[in-house]
Amino acid sequence: MRKQVLIFGAIILGLTRCLWAGDLRVPQKAVVNTAVAVGTQGEGSGTLYLIGPALCFKHAVRLGETVQLTPEDVRTAGVYTAILRSDGNVVSRSFVVSPGPVERMSFLAQPSRVPANARDVITGTVFVLDRRDNLVLAPVPVDFTLTAEDSPIIHRTVDAHEGVAWTRMDSSRRSGNAQFTATSGEASVKRIVQQVAAEPCNLRFHARPAKAAILVETDPVRDCAGNAVPDGMIVTFTDLDPLGKSTVDAVVKKGIAQALLPAARRATISVAAGVVVGNEIHWEGGQ
Amino acid sequence: MKYALSIAVIVLTVGFVAAGSIHGSGPQATTPDGAVQAMFADVKSRNWDDAFQKYLANSANIQKADFIADLAGRDGSLRSYSALERVDTSVLHQNHDQALVRVNLEYYSAVGALEDNRDLKVVREGGEWKVIWPVAKQVKVPPQVIPVTFLRWDVVYRGAQDDWGAQDVAPPKVRITSMNAIEHEGSVIIMGEIVNDDTVPGFISVNATLIGKNDEVLGEETAFDKISHVLLPKAVSPFRIDFPGVRLAQVKNVRMTPNSLLVPASADPVVGVTHQRLSVDDRGHHELAGELLNEGGMTVNIPQVLATFYDNAGKVAWVSDGYVSRALLPGVPEPFAVSVADDLAAKVQTYRVSVNTFSWSR
Repeated sequence: MRKQVLIFGAIILGLTRCLWAGDLRVPQKAVVNTAVAVGTQGEGSGTLYLIGPALCFKHAVRLGETVQLTPEDVRTAGVYTAILRSDGNVVSRSFVVSPGPVERMSFLAQPSRVPANARDVITGTVFVLDRRDNLVLAPVPVDFTLTAEDSPIIHRTVDAHEGVAWTRMDSSRRSGNAQFTATSGEASVKRIVQQVAAEPCNLRFHARPAKAAILVETDPVRDCAGNAVPDGMIVTFTDLDPLGKSTVDAVVKKGIAQALLPAARRATISVAAGVVVGNEIHWEGGQ
Repeated sequence: MKYALSIAVIVLTVGFVAAGSIHGSGPQATTPDGAVQAMFADVKSRNWDDAFQKYLANSANIQKADFIADLAGRDGSLRSYSALERVDTSVLHQNHDQALVRVNLEYYSAVGALEDNRDLKVVREGGEWKVIWPVAKQVKVPPQVIPVTFLRWDVVYRGAQDDWGAQDVAPPKVRITSMNAIEHEGSVIIMGEIVNDDTVPGFISVNATLIGKNDEVLGEETAFDKISHVLLPKAVSPFRIDFPGVRLAQVKNVRMTPNSLLVPASADPVVGVTHQRLSVDDRGHHELAGELLNEGGMTVNIPQVLATFYDNAGKVAWVSDGYVSRALLPGVPEPFAVSVADDLAAKVQTYRVSVNTFSWSR
């Protein structure tokens, strides 16, 4: 009988110890930069460990009290794990801290320089972030706007997924600097994309006699949209005459390229820029 | 007796020194090619006084400075930074008093061997032969003012103060427009053309990797100096990449990697390439010859000629290059010649020449 009472008492004591061991209360929802309370239950004392993406601390607690986490403690979004150790028992609970609203953006606009009047040449990629640079994973709309002088404004809205939104845009017909803006919520970032003339179009030149030479000069060199090509572009003049072939790689200056070719009574002169070929002149009766 | 060995050593030493100083070890001017060899032996050791006075028949008619400049180079040219290494002579024809000697000179320079071939008249004066040095009229650029209007690009790169995501200036877009792979003289040769499709200049390089039948890398090479590294907007450059010791049958794939960097550059000088023609040189080898004309105002110290040869389908059949050992003075034409592989010359339908320039003052 006595033995049975002792056994029954040990069982009751064990159950009581389990029932009175510590427990944790963690928030259902939490947002970065706001205070979070982690509650403990039970009697006695224990040690609370808190591990997060940018947090790791240890705190001695009296079971039953609540531990307050400051906004600075929960500045990083992600999964936090609270572990309570008391009387040899260990309890752990996890909770998620979500990012805040969009307040910042990282905007990549590529490339820095594109040919004018081309399709899908400008790429914009945005990473939407909260005040603490956490990636905002919830879908949020991002507005992309491309503005260039003498060109219609191009506007596009894209929903960010998993914190990223991207788009492709055509360059405008006119060359010049285009302003590429991305906006979401309170955040707005601007980039500049330089739109330059594309391949030369309708490349034409004329020739006239010069002192012991033939002076060749192009008409103003423009692309197919009428944009003047930038200075510095190479234009190659080729002269075929009975003495052989002569070439000069001239440089466009103020929209025009000119060069001197050796004088010849009869020659065939042509012009090219890159892979674009222009007109041809049959020269006769030079100096 | 005990001093006999010492005395014998001293006597032999004096005898050898005397023999060397009296008789000399160089060629003698008793034959036409001997005279030419003797003169160039002094030129090689830069003993200009002896070369000019002892071996020239017309030293009274030419300036010694012109003679030296002709052989040693001037105006910071490639010749002035090279050394005469080899002289090969052959007598083309000879009679009692006159001879014509072909001399092939080989100079060593930082960019490889430079060749210079001349036919020299040699005459007998007394018991010795002497060289009649050709009187080359040195063209002088007259004093004048030449306005400098060439374009120049400078680059401002992004710095630490720019925010993350702000784009840097992009390097120029380049594109390989053609490529051809052949096997020639035991090497695989990859050649083609690359164009700067952008509106800014760039420093260009082209790498090629040969992949074998089992996906192993057979070799990785770069075009090195057989390319125009600085390409202005819309400029086209040939490239040639050699893989010595590799056979074309081993190659399954070729991976080309063009690279470009945005760099400051200048559009001067403009060099015209005139009177280009395919011909055969004195030794029977095919070459592309012509003249370079510096249309700018600054001397080009070291010009390099790059020639692209196309077959009748417009495909690049060969790319060759050559350095001109003389500087290009403003407005003064300078001849050039680059070799064409003899076995490929028959395929050549047309060609294009471009010029790389280097000036010390820039």
